[in-house]
Amino acid sequence: MTRQALGLLACLRATLLRELQIAVSSPGKVVNPLMFFVIASALFPLSGRLDLAVLGSIAPGILWVTALLAVMLSMEGLFRSDFDDGTLEQLLLSPQPLYFHLLVKVLGHWLVTGLPLVVIAPLLGLLLNLPAAGYQPLILGLLLGTPTLSLVAAIGTALTVGLARSGLLLAVLILPLSIPVLVFGAGVVDTALNGLPVAGLFSLLGALLLLAASLAPLAIAASLRISVQ
Amino acid sequence: MMQWLYKLGSPRHFYEMTTGFLPWLAGATFLLLGIGLVWGLGFAPPDYQMGDNFRIIYIHVPTATGAIWIYAMMAAMAAMHLVWNLKVADMVAKSCGIVGTSFCAIALFTGAFWGKPTWGTYWIWDAKLTSFLILLFVYIGVMALRSAFDSETSASKAASVLTLVGVVNLPIIYYAAVWWNTLHQGPSVLGDRDASANPPEIWIPAFFSGFGLIGLLFLIVILHTRNEILYRERRAQWVQELLTREPIHA
Repeated sequence: MTRQALGLLACLRATLLRELQIAVSSPGKVVNPLMFFVIASALFPLSGRLDLAVLGSIAPGILWVTALLAVMLSMEGLFRSDFDDGTLEQLLLSPQPLYFHLLVKVLGHWLVTGLPLVVIAPLLGLLLNLPAAGYQPLILGLLLGTPTLSLVAAIGTALTVGLARSGLLLAVLILPLSIPVLVFGAGVVDTALNGLPVAGLFSLLGALLLLAASLAPLAIAASLRISVQ
Repeated sequence: MMQWLYKLGSPRHFYEMTTGFLPWLAGATFLLLGIGLVWGLGFAPPDYQMGDNFRIIYIHVPTATGAIWIYAMMAAMAAMHLVWNLKVADMVAKSCGIVGTSFCAIALFTGAFWGKPTWGTYWIWDAKLTSFLILLFVYIGVMALRSAFDSETSASKAASVLTLVGVVNLPIIYYAAVWWNTLHQGPSVLGDRDASANPPEIWIPAFFSGFGLIGLLFLIVILHTRNEILYRERRAQWVQELLTREPIHA
């Protein structure tokens, strides 16, 4: 392996470790999206006297929508502190390819914000009376879908990081673009509940993840260069 | 090629070039639109199934088609702005965004008022309707992002990037909507009308109003771009001269 490739690997490793260390030092970053996910999904059964069977049938949609919102809200902090203290400028000036750097940064962020959502989702499934056949597709679907959501949301975050208040604007930008993941993700669970084969839908979710992983870093990089000026 | 592009990309050249053919475009637009609408709304025979309700077609179909193609145009302009840094391309893209949003909204509203008497409902979560609603959201997102920036340069670049991200996403959204619809809903009510089976008295006015609305689309885009040029280049000498030379109608 050449010296340059080794340098890149070390750099990516450092980026990943840094994301994890930040999460450990400020646990709110991990806990808040999780709490949002739990509380927001618990609001749906409270909003009306729902039949348990009806609740179980809309549970996939509820879990996916709230997971999507939780990912989006957690993404706002992805570049914020780096932008404020100038780390982002150093990142853009770094000789290492920005593409891989950003990919790993989003991966690190997903590990501390997205993965916990996947882990706690079955518990919420129980609360929402999700039928037994739905758990495996729910977990696998979220595992494939939430990284895609993180990547798409990172584009919006990168575009709005230079703006003072970007929360609602981020939602307007990101939510329409997240719809395919939502449709296929909730669709996987729904299809499994109807006893139909789900392999094709998993492939589509995987395809979306590959597409997002290959193209989103380019858009994130372009957006960051615009925001840091 | 590059020289031609450079020349076209100069705001002043664009402004002067469009001054010449603007009256012709405006004349042709209003002629086509006038013939199409008067003929279509007033004289074309009523449909045997839908009666007079079908006349919405003369507005609905051109605006819906226009809303899709104008996004493609906006994306091409956004790419040109990002790659060659053409200022005019971005001004055209901004105008496209405004016209596209209105066309998309008009298509959705006329569709709703067509749906009520013919399908019995204003709204149905059909694949076409859903993807149009999302297209409207994407248009609104681009406009919202553009207006959030103070700096004109950042706003242009950011809006261009988001427009291009939308291009990758829109086909996926369309197929997601088609897939989702086919799972949840039976055969669609759309598509039961065969265009070739319609008599010429119905489709000839549609042809006129269609081209009229396309003309209107370009007309508004060009007029808005010209305003944008004057505003952004307001400190340039040629704009100052132009504004002081022309008599001001107060």
